[in-house]
Amino acid sequence: MLDILKGPVLSIQEFFQLTGRTLKNLPKRPHYPRDILNQMDILGVGSLPIVLLVGFFSGVVMALQMSRALRTYGAVSQTGPIVAITLVREMGPVLTSIVVAGRNAAGIASELGSMKVTEQIDAMRALGTDPVQKLVKPRLIATAIMLPCLTAIADFVGLLGGYLIAYGVLKLTTSEYWNGAYRAIEYNDIAQGLIKPFIYAMVISMVGCFCGLRTTGGTQGVGLATTQAVVVSSVWIFVLNAFITQIFVTL
Amino acid sequence: MRFERVTVDFGGQPALDDVSFDIRNGESRVVLGESGSGKTVILKTAIGLLHPSKGRVFLFNEDITGRREQEMFSIRARVGMLFQESALFDSLTIEENVSYPLVNQKSIQLDEEQTHQRVEEALTFVELGHTLEKFPSELSGGMRRRVGIARANVTEPALVLYDSPTAGLDPITANNIMALLVKERDLRNATTVIVTQRFQDGQIMAKYRFDRDSGELRAASSDGGSVSGLKFMVMREGKLVFEGTREELGLSTDPYISKFVLRH
Repeated sequence: MLDILKGPVLSIQEFFQLTGRTLKNLPKRPHYPRDILNQMDILGVGSLPIVLLVGFFSGVVMALQMSRALRTYGAVSQTGPIVAITLVREMGPVLTSIVVAGRNAAGIASELGSMKVTEQIDAMRALGTDPVQKLVKPRLIATAIMLPCLTAIADFVGLLGGYLIAYGVLKLTTSEYWNGAYRAIEYNDIAQGLIKPFIYAMVISMVGCFCGLRTTGGTQGVGLATTQAVVVSSVWIFVLNAFITQIFVTL
Repeated sequence: MRFERVTVDFGGQPALDDVSFDIRNGESRVVLGESGSGKTVILKTAIGLLHPSKGRVFLFNEDITGRREQEMFSIRARVGMLFQESALFDSLTIEENVSYPLVNQKSIQLDEEQTHQRVEEALTFVELGHTLEKFPSELSGGMRRRVGIARANVTEPALVLYDSPTAGLDPITANNIMALLVKERDLRNATTVIVTQRFQDGQIMAKYRFDRDSGELRAASSDGGSVSGLKFMVMREGKLVFEGTREELGLSTDPYISKFVLRH
C-alpha cells in the first residue's frame, strides 16, 4: 500500500518544491524580460482567437438556454443580468482557463519535455543558467498576467454574444440588456472573476513546467508529459474552482 | 577532477559504483565502455548535474559534493561540455547558441562586439564561420557536433568534457571531429576528457598531436608511442575496470577489456 502511494506523494512534494523555488526566485535576478514578453505573446496573444471564439459562443448559448427557462416565468428581460453574472463569475474564468490549459499547459510541457530529453536543460545548467529562472519563471509570470486579461476579454465577447441573441432573437432593447448586465455585476463578482484566472494561471504554468521538466524516456515520454499536463491542470482548475467559489459565496 | 569512491544511484540501481580516479591539470583522459556503462554519468556528476549518493567529487581542488545549484555556476563557468547529440538550443540561432555561455556566465563580462568576435573565432575554428544566422535544424549531425564543440570551447575553459563526440556520425566525419578535438587540446593545453564507445577515437587522441607550424595533425612520436599525459579508462556496468596508458590497455588480458579494444 505504502509503495503505491510513494510515487504520487513524491510527485506532489516535487511539484511544491518547484513551485516554492519559482516563487522564491520571482524577485531575484536575472529576470529575462525578453523571455517574459515572448511568452506573453505565445501564451496570451496566441490564445486570443480561440478564447474569443469560446467566449462568444458561451454567451450565445447561455442567452439561448436562459431565455427558455426565463420565458416560463415571463422574465426574459432578465437575460442580461443572468448572462453577465454567470459569465463573469464562473463560465468566463473556468472556460478560458480550460482552453488555455489545453493549449498552453500542453505547449509548455511538450517544449520543456523535448528540451529535457535532448539534454538541452542539462546544457543550460552547464552553461550557467538556472532553468527555473530562465524557463519556469517567465512562463509563470506571462501566464499570470495574460490569463486574467484573456478572461476579461472572453467575458466581454460573451456578453456581446448574449446581446446578439437578446436583441436579435429575444427582441430585447439594447439598453434593457446592457443596463441589466451592468447593474447585476458587483465588485465581488469582478474580484472573483479575476482572482480565479490568476490562480488557475499559476496552476497551468506550474503543472506544464513540472510535467515537462520531469520528462523521461524520449519522444514517448514527451507525449505522456503533455497529456498529463493537460489532464492534471484541468482537474485542478475544477477542484480549485469549487473551493474558491465556496469562499466567495460565504463572503 | 577527482572522484573518491563515488556511487550514483538511479532509483536504487547504481549507475556508478564506487568509482575513484584523479585527472590532473593538463592531462587527457579517454573513457571507453558500452552504452549504459556509466560513462556519461561520470561527466554529469563531475559538474554537479547529477549528485552522488556516496563518495566525494572534487573539481579544481574544490569539493563540489552536495553543493547547491546556485553555488555550482561559478565552477561550471570554468568547464566546457559537449553533450551527446550536441544539445543545441533549437529556438536559438547558431550565433546565439555559441554566445550563450559568454552572455549568461556572470564571470564573463564582454560587450556585444567582443562577444560577436569570440563567437566568430570559435565557429571559424570548427570551419563553420558561415553559419551564424542559421538554426540548428538547418545543419547536419556533424555540423551540429562542431557547433557543440565551438560552444564548449568559446569561453576557453580549463577543463573540457566531450560526451560521445563521434556517436552516430560516419567514419570520415567522426575522424574530422576527432582531429578538431586534438587541435583544440593542443592549442589551448586544456584538460580534456572524452567519453566514447569507439576505440579509434582514443587512438587518434593518443597517437596524434596538432602541429602549429604545418597546421596539421602529426604523429606524436616516430615510434608510434602515445601523447604524454593521456590515459584510458574502461567502464563496465558502472564500475571502473581499467585505468592506464594505451600500451597497458593493449596488453590487458581481461576478457571484457581486450574484447572491447579488439572489437573496435
